[in-house]
Amino acid sequence: MSRKAPARQMRRRVREEIYRWVFASLAFASLAALIGITAVLFKEGIPFFREVSLKEFFLGTGWYPTHEEAPEFGALPLILASVWVTAGAVLVSVPLGVGTALFLSELCPPRLRSFLKPTVEILAGIPSVIFGFFAIAFIAPVFQKLFNLPTGLCALTASLTLGIMATPTVCSIAEDAVSFVPGNLREAALALGANKWQTLVRVVIPAAGSGIITGIILGTSRAIGETMVVLMAAGGAAVIPRSFTVPVRPITSTIAAEMGETVVGSTHFHALFALGLILFLITFLFNILAEVVSRRFRMQLGGDL
Amino acid sequence: MRRYAVLAATAVLVLAAFLARAKENIVIEGSTTVFPIAQKTAEEYMKKNPDVSISVRGGGSGVGIASLIDGAVQIGASSRYIKTGEIARAQSKGVNPKGTIVAMDGLAVIVNPANSVSGLTRAQVKDIYTGKVSDWKQVGGTPGKITVVSRDTSSGTYEAFGELVLQKQKVRPDALLQASNQAVAELVAKTPTAIGYVGLGYISARVKALAIDGVIPSAETVLANKYPVSRPLFMYTNGAPTGAVKAYLDFVLSPAGQKLVAEIGFVPLK
Repeated sequence: MSRKAPARQMRRRVREEIYRWVFASLAFASLAALIGITAVLFKEGIPFFREVSLKEFFLGTGWYPTHEEAPEFGALPLILASVWVTAGAVLVSVPLGVGTALFLSELCPPRLRSFLKPTVEILAGIPSVIFGFFAIAFIAPVFQKLFNLPTGLCALTASLTLGIMATPTVCSIAEDAVSFVPGNLREAALALGANKWQTLVRVVIPAAGSGIITGIILGTSRAIGETMVVLMAAGGAAVIPRSFTVPVRPITSTIAAEMGETVVGSTHFHALFALGLILFLITFLFNILAEVVSRRFRMQLGGDL
Repeated sequence: MRRYAVLAATAVLVLAAFLARAKENIVIEGSTTVFPIAQKTAEEYMKKNPDVSISVRGGGSGVGIASLIDGAVQIGASSRYIKTGEIARAQSKGVNPKGTIVAMDGLAVIVNPANSVSGLTRAQVKDIYTGKVSDWKQVGGTPGKITVVSRDTSSGTYEAFGELVLQKQKVRPDALLQASNQAVAELVAKTPTAIGYVGLGYISARVKALAIDGVIPSAETVLANKYPVSRPLFMYTNGAPTGAVKAYLDFVLSPAGQKLVAEIGFVPLK
């Protein structure tokens, strides 16, 4: 026994060391992927700006990347379309997501909650191409009739669909934040004579505020990067959007539609990478913002406890 | 140790087998429109003839013909006739480009079946797509804003339409760009005021194909050179094709090859 013990201990230590390395390398694999993707985006995107000026790219309004004599690489309509469609999606997903979260954690009877919460989670798991089909087959014809539009494929259809898609993201993060609000805060409010509504609006929402905002930011970042739905439902006209009922062409659908048939190494090819770079920087910014806000939120609650 | 010996012997044998059956190489380069035809027929041909290796590259008709003249490829794919300047350059290098028509490319201009317009001139279609005409009443239809549907600017279909109808002018920016022929047909079928264009294979009862300059688009009118929005697709070779290149081109022109051509959405020659 006494002779065997150190050997066994030794073996255990070695095994633990192996596990540590295996999991560490797995964790670093995603870091490697991130670095690789960033490097490729910059490597293929930067050469574009040697051929086309920043001014033409960001302020130009014509997107004719394959025209033989006078190609134009004005990305302004595409960038604005992404912003426009995402803004619309936020208008849908924030009330839906935050409302659902508040209802689920504060007002919902437990039986109903055990049904509603899985429903929201299933919504998160539906593939985006199915959302796209739903938009084309159902939402677009309804809007076409309702607003008497020439076509139902427009910013509004895309926004509504993206909004519904982003709702589970907003909802689950916001719900976590609300459920983390310590019970003693609520009890204190109620003890002071506040009713349920006052407690919710004056105490719970402010306390969970940064968590809710984190959810909204991540939901927005999900909406702006979504490709399939906008490719199928946004219409695809590269014009600066002036209303919600016009067809638009966001960055993501432009890349998806054109990458397959462009000549590798051409200006057009690099232009699509430059578009990808813009998209990447936007979502990167959003993620950092979400991280900063959620850190603040954690610290605040820590102080209260 | 013995296992390694067996492995090594096997490797040597496999390598020898590969070397013994030195592959016949054919390189096709050129038009992005012809690309899917070359790609699909090459795949099928290589399945049946494993000793031939065909690689297909895009780049455009001009690139394909230039590579043929430089002797870099065996076949230059082109969606247009060879230009006189290219012929002169070829002759100066002792190359004699000979074109084989492998398929016809025809585009139908389609509208919603509810549209009262049933024919347009090529100039009218051009005006609609470049933005000069925006209302159906300007071309003899029921008043209403025209919803212009086009293909993505990098597609071969767009390229063909740009050449045959737009004559290199730019499509109006508010055109709805769709990612496939199918998506264009679907959108036009659902939109009473829409106009779009698709390969002839995508005409169905759900859309109305317009007569252009009085000619109805069909395989017959395209093959008879009557329908204006059509063009032949070529594979250029140096002199009349011989050997493996001839065998491949014969396959493309055979009923099996032309069936593939029709499947991709082009007009077969027979």
